[in-house]
Amino acid sequence: MSQKFTRRDFSKLFIAGAAGSTLGVFGGATPLLANQKRVVVIGGGFGGASAAKYIRKLDSSISVTLVEPAATFYTCPFSNWVMGGLKEINDIAQTYDVLKSAYGVEVIHDEAVEIDAANHSVKLKGGKELKYDRLVASPGIDFNYDAIEGYSEAAANSQMPHGYKAGPQTELLTKQLQEMKDGDNVVICPPGNPFRCPPGPYERASLIANYLKKNKPGSKVIILDAKEKFSKQGLFTKGWKKLYPGLIDWRAGSAGGKVTAVDPSAMTVQTSSGAVKGGVVNVIPPQRAGKIAAEAGLTDASGWCPVNPITFESTIHPGIHVIGDACIAGAMPKSGFAASSQGKVTAASIVRLLQGKVPAPPSLVNTCYSLVGPGYGISVAAVYKLTSDGIVSIKGAGGLTPMDADDDQLSEEATYARGWYNNVAQDIWG
Amino acid sequence: MVKKITSWLSVGLISAAALSGCNANTPGGQETTPQGTAEEVDPRGQILALSCASCHGTDGKSVGIMPGFYGKSASYLKNALMEFKNDGRYSTVMGRHAKGYTDEEITLIAEYFGGLSQQNSK
Ligand SMILES: Cc1cc2nc3c(=O)[nH]c(=O)nc-3n(C[C@H](O)[C@H](O)[C@H](O)COP(=O)(O)OP(=O)(O)OC[C@H]3O[C@@H](n4cnc5c(N)ncnc54)[C@H](O)[C@@H]3O)c2cc1C
Repeated sequence: MSQKFTRRDFSKLFIAGAAGSTLGVFGGATPLLANQKRVVVIGGGFGGASAAKYIRKLDSSISVTLVEPAATFYTCPFSNWVMGGLKEINDIAQTYDVLKSAYGVEVIHDEAVEIDAANHSVKLKGGKELKYDRLVASPGIDFNYDAIEGYSEAAANSQMPHGYKAGPQTELLTKQLQEMKDGDNVVICPPGNPFRCPPGPYERASLIANYLKKNKPGSKVIILDAKEKFSKQGLFTKGWKKLYPGLIDWRAGSAGGKVTAVDPSAMTVQTSSGAVKGGVVNVIPPQRAGKIAAEAGLTDASGWCPVNPITFESTIHPGIHVIGDACIAGAMPKSGFAASSQGKVTAASIVRLLQGKVPAPPSLVNTCYSLVGPGYGISVAAVYKLTSDGIVSIKGAGGLTPMDADDDQLSEEATYARGWYNNVAQDIWG
Repeated sequence: MVKKITSWLSVGLISAAALSGCNANTPGGQETTPQGTAEEVDPRGQILALSCASCHGTDGKSVGIMPGFYGKSASYLKNALMEFKNDGRYSTVMGRHAKGYTDEEITLIAEYFGGLSQQNSK
């Protein structure tokens, strides 16, 4: 079974696939609209906006319509920085002006409410119906509020925000932190795997601790974790000891971290070892693919969308490519960087497919920067390729900031984290 | 194992053929010429190179602290990437990334960006 399969063989296979396949057979061809190929993209976040821009950039003969309800997209990346007082909400606002003016993407601010996979069409809430040759869906995540007794969308919008979709949730959590009494504690409850941005809750704990240290010295952060370990744990723990000794109390699931219920009016969290009260309680519920994906039948029993790892085309509904947090992408984490990388690979694949050509073998990448303190950055990186096991990270590449990184290197990583945000935002929306 | 990849490949291809309404592989089949690109770029180089833009800006035109490399020659880029790969040049994350590519892939990436700059300076 463990037959060695090199990348060279793999490229050969693509060429062989091109030369020797049975492509004469093609029933059910989709009628094309006046010759122009048409792609509809659902979701203007990290995955969707990347795909829309790059399809137009790589082949401007293809028409691209992007459907996104919000005129301003607030990025989750750097939303923790806003909570920690290091950025303003406007610093994480992105718009669609450049996609429209420089790339000729048609942007419709509406919500997709129904996908008809057989007839290649999408219905919008406003009543419009869009036909497509290929559909890209990057709807992000939906929350499974029911998994936590006492929690609900209403509770998230009032007492216990999740802060896991940026915008009003970010502002609510920031405001609660500012108004919290010195001496009260901030309770953060991260979910089990898989979830959006594995290091996200721990970067948040870091930057909140940084804020408390200066503004509410009597308060601390308690993390009630569903998990036994977490992303970049060694690096975070080292940074916390150095910058915030005694200020961050992380409890593993088996050590009283597992949340069984919450009481939003009492601001308490129930765990196996008793109730914990917070001045601010940040509950991050378990997640699944964005609602439209489930409604369109693109999800499997896991709640996420299985895809062909070469083109990100759904293995359930042909013609629909699912990217970003919503899809099952092998070893790739649910990150904005990964979503954008998938968006670009999918754009290149769709362009090739619409030109009647074989897509190139995918190459994907991710770097997740986390800020432990204003001048203290850490990162985890990986390069991904396709093998018969699906998308795997390449051994010998990628990995973490070294545990023995000196202050200069940690400070450089913090600087590069800021640089990453500027460039990734430019690469997607600019 | 190879069978699995072939099946992923054929799914994409068959729907490609279905959609374009022609045999994807017949020479002389009606391949549409993209308006955007005059010359055919190497699709492998392109897909590898698209990754770089997430930190260095679209086409390597950086707007942040990361160095931009638009306008640099293929040989300059290849040399830099090989140095990162072989730990001959200090970096925070570039060494970790460059090790993920074969020498051939590094050449393809360098040629893609080298070619981009050349194309636009014409
Ligand atoms: C606190 C936090 C910090 C993070 N930090 C980082 C980081 O530093 N680096 C990083 O790489 N990642 C980070 N992430 C992860 C990143 O935000 C996500 O992985 C990324 O947003 C996923 O992209 P996406 O395209 O799948 O979804 P999104 O970016 O969420 O985009 C989905 C879009 O689809 C739209 N949509 C949904 N349904 C419909 C519909 N029916 N019709 C039309 N539109 C629809 C939504 O309005 C939304 O705009 C962080 C996440 C969090 C929560």
